[in-house]
Amino acid sequence: MLLLQGALSGVLFGGVYSLMAVGLTLIFGVMRVVNFAHGDMMVWGMYLAFLLATGAGVDPYLAFVVCAAALFVLGFAVQRALVDRILAAPHEMQILLMLGVALVLENLALVAFGPEPTRVRSPLSEATIWLGPVFVDVARLVAFGVASALTLALYLFLFRTDLGRTMRAAADNTYGALVIGTDVRRVYAVAFGVGAACVGAAGALVAPILPFQPPTGLSLSVTSFNIVIIGGMGSLLGAFVGGLLVSVAESLGAVFLKPSLKELFSFSLLILILLVRPAGLFGRRAS
Amino acid sequence: MRWLGALAVLVLLALPAVLGSYATTILILVFFYGFLGQAWNIVGGYAGQLSVGHAAFVGIGGYTAAMLSLEWGITPWIGMFVGGALAAVLGAVIGYLGFRFGLRGFYFVLLTVAFAEICRIAVSNVDAVGGALGLYITFTGDPRQFQFQDGRVYYYIALALMLAATGVVALLERRRFGIYLAAIREDESAAEALGVDTFKYKMLAMVVSSFLTGLGGTFYAFYLFSLQPNAMFGIPLSVEIILRPIVGGAGTLLGPILGSFMLTPLGELSRLYFGQGGHHGLHLVAYGVLLIAVVLFLPQGAYPYLRRFFVGSRP
Repeated sequence: MLLLQGALSGVLFGGVYSLMAVGLTLIFGVMRVVNFAHGDMMVWGMYLAFLLATGAGVDPYLAFVVCAAALFVLGFAVQRALVDRILAAPHEMQILLMLGVALVLENLALVAFGPEPTRVRSPLSEATIWLGPVFVDVARLVAFGVASALTLALYLFLFRTDLGRTMRAAADNTYGALVIGTDVRRVYAVAFGVGAACVGAAGALVAPILPFQPPTGLSLSVTSFNIVIIGGMGSLLGAFVGGLLVSVAESLGAVFLKPSLKELFSFSLLILILLVRPAGLFGRRAS
Repeated sequence: MRWLGALAVLVLLALPAVLGSYATTILILVFFYGFLGQAWNIVGGYAGQLSVGHAAFVGIGGYTAAMLSLEWGITPWIGMFVGGALAAVLGAVIGYLGFRFGLRGFYFVLLTVAFAEICRIAVSNVDAVGGALGLYITFTGDPRQFQFQDGRVYYYIALALMLAATGVVALLERRRFGIYLAAIREDESAAEALGVDTFKYKMLAMVVSSFLTGLGGTFYAFYLFSLQPNAMFGIPLSVEIILRPIVGGAGTLLGPILGSFMLTPLGELSRLYFGQGGHHGLHLVAYGVLLIAVVLFLPQGAYPYLRRFFVGSRP
C-alpha cells in the first residue's frame, strides 16, 4: 500500500517535473544550449508566486499565468542579450555563460529574499481526498492537471501553429530555415522565452507543495538535467516520460530510503545512463 | 619576464613582514584559490576538459588527512599525500569513464558534477566521518599536526603550494605533454589523426590535476579546522575553483594566479562590507556578472590581453 501511495504521489508530482524538463529540452532542441540557470529561473517563478500571494493575495494556482509571462520575458531577454552572442562559440563557453547567469539569478534571490526556506500557502494545499486506501493531495492533483495541460498546450503550439512549426524547422535545420526567410533570431528568443515560461509556471505550481530557498535552484537544475538525459536531450516525449519516471523513482526512494540516499540513487542512475546510453530513452543519436 | 617573476616572488615572500593580519588572510586565500585554479587549469584549461566536480578532490584530500590524523594520529604532512593519492584515484576513475565513453561538453560536465555530488551525499551519510555535521579539528598549534600559532606560516604554505603547482604546470607546458594537451583542446579529432594518444594524455592531465587538488584539501581542512560535506564537496566550491582560471585565462600559466588576485579580494571585501547586512550573495552576483562579461568580451581571459599590453606581442 505504501508502494501504491508512493507511486501515486510520484506521478502527481511528476507532472511538474515533466513541465520543467520540457522547457529545458525545448531550449536545447532549438539552439543546442543547455540552460544551466533552469532551476534558478524556476526558483524565481516560486518567489514571484510568493510575492503575489503575500502582496496581492493571489492564489498560486492562478498566479502561475503571471509567473509564466514574467519568466517568458526573462528568458527572451537572456537569449537576446547573452545567449544569442555565443551560439557559435564552443560548448564550454556556452556552459560557462549559463553558469554565470545561474550564479547571478541564485544570488540575487539570496540578496532579495534571504536564505530561509519559504512556502506559499494556498487553501488547496491543506485538502486531501481519500480514494479507498490511498489519499490524494489536492495540491498535487491540481499541479499535475495544470502542468499536464500546459505540456499538452506546448505540444499543440509546436505542432499545430505556424510559429511552433517554424521553431521546429529552425531546430531541425537552421540554415534551411534561414534560406526560406525565417527570422531565426526571433524564433530562438521566443523558444528560450517559452522554455523559461515552463519553469515559471512549474515554479508557481510547486510553490505550495515544496518549501524552497535560493539554493533549491541548483538541485532543480540538476534534476532537470537528469530527466532530459534519461529521456534524451531534445526529445519532448522523452522529457515528459522522464519527468514522471524520475519523480516516481524519487517518491518511491523516499518511502524506502533515507531522503538523502534517494539523491544518491538518482545521481548513480545519471552516471549509468551517461555511460550506457547518452542518447537517453527517446533520443535519436548521441552527442 | 623571468626577473619580473623572481621579483614578484621576492615581494610576496617579504610582504607578511609589513602586512596586517587581515591582509595576510586575504593573500592566503588568493594563493590557495590560485593553487586550486592552477591545478584545475591542467585538465580544464590546457586539456580543455571542463570539470565542474573538482570540489570532490578537495573533499577527498581534506577528509583523508583529517581522518588519518584524528583516528590514527598520522601527521597531516603524510596524510596530505595520501589524500592527494586517493583524489588522483577518483580522478582516474572519472577520467577513465568520461574519456573511454567519449563524453564531451555538457555530458562530461554532468559526469563530473554527478561524481562530486555522490561523494558529497555519501560523506554526509556516513557517521564515521562526521556525517552532515562534518568534522572538527581541535587547535593544538602543533606544527607536526599542520597547525601553527603564527598565521604567517599558513601564508608561506599557501604561497609554496601555488608556486609549486605553477612550477609543475610550467614544466608540463614546455614538454610534449603540454603541446599534446593544447592540441586535444583545440581539435581532438585532428590530434588523434596525427597520432596523439588523446586518451592517455587526458588521463594523465586528470590524474595530475586531481592529485594537486587533493593536496589542497588538507590545507583547506587544517587552515579552517572544520570540514563540512556541503562546503568541501559542493558544486559552489567547484564553481569557485573554475572561476579564477577562466577569468584570468584558462590554459595559460599565469591565468589562474591573475584570476585569483582579481576575484579573491573582491569576494572577501564584498563579504566584509555586505555580509553583515544580510546580503550574503552579493559577491557571488558580482562573480556571475564577471563570468558572463569574460565569456562575452574576453573569452581568452584577462591574461592574454595584459600580456599583449605589457609585452606588445600577441600571445
